[in-house]
Amino acid sequence: MTSLQKPEIAIVGGGPAGLSAALSAVRQGAEVMLIDRDPALGGQLVKQTHMFFGSKKEYAAIRGIDIPGQLMFALEEDGKGKFSPILNTTVLGYYDDGVILAEKEEEQAVLIKPQKTIIATGAAEKMLPFPGNDLPGVYGAGAVQTLMNVYGIKPGTRVLMIGAGNIGLIVSYQLMQAGVEVAAIIEGAPKIGGYLVHATKIRRAGIPIKTSHTIKEAYGNKSVEGALICSLDENWCAVPGSDLDMKVDVICLAVGLTPQTELLWQAGCQQKYIPELGGYVPLRSEKMQTSLPDLYVAGDVACIEEAGSAMVEGKIAGLFAAADLGYDEKVEERYHGFSRELEELRAGPTGAKIRQGLSRLNGGAEVC
Amino acid sequence: MLEKTGVPEPEQVKKITPSEERFQKGPVAVVECFQNIPCDPCRYACRQGAIKEFEDINDLPVIDHELCNGCGLCISECPGLAIFVIDATYGKEEGLIKLPYEYLPLPGQEEEVTGIDTEGQAVCGARVVKVQNTKALDRTPVVTLAVPRQHLMRVRSFVRKGGE
Repeated sequence: MTSLQKPEIAIVGGGPAGLSAALSAVRQGAEVMLIDRDPALGGQLVKQTHMFFGSKKEYAAIRGIDIPGQLMFALEEDGKGKFSPILNTTVLGYYDDGVILAEKEEEQAVLIKPQKTIIATGAAEKMLPFPGNDLPGVYGAGAVQTLMNVYGIKPGTRVLMIGAGNIGLIVSYQLMQAGVEVAAIIEGAPKIGGYLVHATKIRRAGIPIKTSHTIKEAYGNKSVEGALICSLDENWCAVPGSDLDMKVDVICLAVGLTPQTELLWQAGCQQKYIPELGGYVPLRSEKMQTSLPDLYVAGDVACIEEAGSAMVEGKIAGLFAAADLGYDEKVEERYHGFSRELEELRAGPTGAKIRQGLSRLNGGAEVC
Repeated sequence: MLEKTGVPEPEQVKKITPSEERFQKGPVAVVECFQNIPCDPCRYACRQGAIKEFEDINDLPVIDHELCNGCGLCISECPGLAIFVIDATYGKEEGLIKLPYEYLPLPGQEEEVTGIDTEGQAVCGARVVKVQNTKALDRTPVVTLAVPRQHLMRVRSFVRKGGE
């Protein structure tokens, strides 16, 4: 029989948000169990070889791959005896009585009944429908990044990148660094979505960025041999005669992320469809508390955003999950600092979409 | 247009270009950051106080070229790799560009390379004068190129001859 474990706080997901939540909660004095499906903590950080943007206070100019180590160091220092990570363990279900069911190393069931739970499960990549999108050689950008930066495997020799958001731009840069040719980056929108300094870095390496362009089809016998692309008019309709044939063996999709909210649906949290935040996202207070008082959220599961904001959200969720258990030293003061940081990160023009989405989330539209 | 192409417009570059007078005084940093994004490491990198304090983390960096001594500490601190140091006083015909370069293999000292512009187009021949890759640079090596003076504000990267 599997025994029921009863930590004060359980955190699902050990990416930037989950790790920051853990650190914040143990610093308040709470006991934290962190569950992650991967063999190492860090979530998507383990493949982010580029320097992060953001606030110097919040790991800017530090490479993503170096952040988990710094957070783990702090967790070991500040969380002695209070922090227990459980790796290689996938959370499968959240039950009505607050019990979490997880599977460890694909064979052992783990049952956990925490007093508070923080869901920091992150996001999944979106797919794009086009003929041939099931051919081997069509990858999600996350997969390409994992192959290259975690396992040291080149995905192919010549890549067409779909999407000029930050992920499309960064993964293109990392492909070049790995010695893989990037034929072009195409983007359906009339403007580059990612940070322009990333775009400039790529352009000076000679890679074209074609805005108002989309993929019509991928072709090839057994795997991708090429792609047909075309340009789009202002109504997003294909411009006749604008087809271009590109010989590539990899098509990499970087067309956005969607929050991984399955556990929140199971738990019965109220959620709302907010396109600006990436899809269905949980309603939550500024404490990052969902409609269920024992359930908190942080990071991309709550709103598709940068890792910097995910980390601050994690700190807020960890702080209040701990405070609700009575570990409430300097809560107001600390919250004030964190919320100001978050506000600053979202204050500029690149945060406009997030601000709009959050205001819609907190507004009166219908709730599911 | 920068937002469409990823290539800064000449007017944008002109606005952030130090004066000819300042160029004559020695090395100076050129900050090619044209979008308000939440990012501030450059201001903490500068020990001369040349990069002004941000009121808002989304502010564009404002650099006082008179206070900048061209030390180059900011180059590898910029996550956008958008800072370059230009020394127009290096030689009669040639000036120096210090630029961030995160590709392997690194060029050798004295290697002849091709200087390229913000569109990746060849501009001129260039010579590698120095390659810095210390621990403090944290895997963003800084390469110093000697290029003809008239191309100092055009060359922003390079390709090695015979391939990458």
